[in-house]
Amino acid sequence: MIRAFTLYGVLALANNSYAEIEVTGSAGFEQRYFLQDALYENQERTYSSAFLMPEVYTQWNDGADTLVFKPFYRIDEHDDERTHGDIRELQWAHYADSWETRVGIGKVFWGQTESLHLVDIINQTDSVESLDGEVKLGQPMVNFNYFSDYGMFSIYALPYFRERTFQGDSGRLRPPVAIGDALYESDDEQQNLDIAIRWQSSIADWEVGLSAFSGTTREPELFTTPNQDGELVIFPFYAQIDQFGIDVLKVSGAWLLKLESIYRSGQSEDFAAVVTGFEYTTQGIWGSRYGLGVLAEYQYDERDDNFFAIGQNDLMTGLRVIVNDIAGTEVLFGFVQDLDESSTYSGFVEASSRLTANWSWKLNGYFFSADDTEDPFYFLRRDDHVQFSLEYYF
Amino acid sequence: MISIRKAVSLFTILLIGATHVVASETDNATALTIAKERKQRDIGWGTTEANVTMVLRNSQGQEAQRELNVKSLEVSDDGDKALTVFNSPRDVKGTAFLSFSHALEPDEQWIYLPALKRVKRISSRNKSGPFVGSEFAFEDMTSYEVEKFSYEHLGEEEVNGEVCFVLRQTPNYDYSGYTSQKVWIDKSHYRVQKVEFYDKKNALLKVLTPQEYKLYKDKFWRPMRSEMRNVQTRKSTYLITEDINFDTELSESDFDKNRLKRAR
Repeated sequence: MIRAFTLYGVLALANNSYAEIEVTGSAGFEQRYFLQDALYENQERTYSSAFLMPEVYTQWNDGADTLVFKPFYRIDEHDDERTHGDIRELQWAHYADSWETRVGIGKVFWGQTESLHLVDIINQTDSVESLDGEVKLGQPMVNFNYFSDYGMFSIYALPYFRERTFQGDSGRLRPPVAIGDALYESDDEQQNLDIAIRWQSSIADWEVGLSAFSGTTREPELFTTPNQDGELVIFPFYAQIDQFGIDVLKVSGAWLLKLESIYRSGQSEDFAAVVTGFEYTTQGIWGSRYGLGVLAEYQYDERDDNFFAIGQNDLMTGLRVIVNDIAGTEVLFGFVQDLDESSTYSGFVEASSRLTANWSWKLNGYFFSADDTEDPFYFLRRDDHVQFSLEYYF
Repeated sequence: MISIRKAVSLFTILLIGATHVVASETDNATALTIAKERKQRDIGWGTTEANVTMVLRNSQGQEAQRELNVKSLEVSDDGDKALTVFNSPRDVKGTAFLSFSHALEPDEQWIYLPALKRVKRISSRNKSGPFVGSEFAFEDMTSYEVEKFSYEHLGEEEVNGEVCFVLRQTPNYDYSGYTSQKVWIDKSHYRVQKVEFYDKKNALLKVLTPQEYKLYKDKFWRPMRSEMRNVQTRKSTYLITEDINFDTELSESDFDKNRLKRAR
């Protein structure tokens, strides 16, 4: 009898403590083809790669507590640095009515604009993954959010720094020499504790965000020095910075007006940067089902010579075609013109669609032009490429 | 003789014209009363949570499915709030769409993209745009409010075995994709039995037929199946309610765009 009760107890406990575990995710195959012969040694014309990104999720307390684990791994045929893994998420979240907390590795997005993400600073860019800088590395954090009638207040403690990923010696889309090991201003190096705060609110037709960050810059400066053997090496230097940001969006009929601006101090020069523009969307073009979006954003950055400050005085224009079909087909055409140097411009096409409920494809093309030897794009002038990827979602 | 006949016919025309004017004025008042009663009968449901399957069928009969979880919050004297989370297709799993609909003011809408962890405000100007590639437009998915339309009473007709009031409703809000809608509302419970949507050229574009009405809480009728058929393209979309719960613990705070990241 006691045994039966014990067994029953164990079963009941098991029932309670083993929450349902949900496994989803995606996997894909990608082919990159570069249109011109490589500029630098060891680079190839075609690169095949494959990735796997499962997501394990569970919740308990009626969904008031959740746990997510999302590892990522990519294997690249040639580039050892693009063959890499990351824990995109490993995070426990607790949700209460007026607050929430997230502890572990996660991802946070701040901002409103499309062509540049100046304000977004919590996560490091996984730059070997995509050219648009929108793929991020998992960031260890302790985050607390408070919801009030006056908007959301957030605080982040970031105890560990992630280095930006860069292409290896065999990779394209890099300077003449592959970018080497990181150097830090902070004696704690990657263990420096970074802090960020943010306020975000929707006020009628407006979305407004204010943020402040103090800690290790996510965007390094690149320095070139000869090593012991007399060869030139490029190393990324991560300074301690303070950054203030504002992001605003205004809805005005079919127009979305957007602005992001930052002021950063602590690197070799203090500077301000701005990106501002609009997105206009209309549906049922010429009596069809098609939707059309027109985008334009102006980019300004006070810095003159920073490898990553590409939007110094540039104009991005874009056209988004929304097919509104079952497959969810969309195509975005973009063009970025440097307003100081007419020969410096870049173009891109990003198309995607669904094949079945589980399979989809993406076709992206990127094209660069620069005659100015000082311009970051000068290193990429022969790196025009198209990439096709086939992805499976499970 | 001829002149008398002329005079008689002129008189007849005047008479008919006059009665027509009188009739349409009272009919418009009737139409508004019917519209108000339709809304009145559905007041007080509070909150609901439903699991919905959307079946999209093209003109060749090929089908695709979307699974959605829809949470709704009734807002008195204004449009309702709705939070729609996609479970499939898999590539958009976790995508959440939050909408605060208003009677005449533009709706407020946000979309949460889980891959980017980004909440995007979207323009509600695109009322006529298709909702996720379906035959339902965004404006077809928002809550019914009396003030959204002007009404005209067209008569009575039997649909699905129910005697219905037939109304023409003309959108009062900006940027609608329709010149008007013809609505059949049954006399027994003021439920919508059929809607015809007329496009900007005043041609019949789509026909909505809600079916399999079920009664909840002794007051609220909900169709378990709705078909939206585009008569011009011969594509159709079915909305199938798998389950719907009126006793939820949802509150205002569940419909906050900063909490969209919790949606799953």
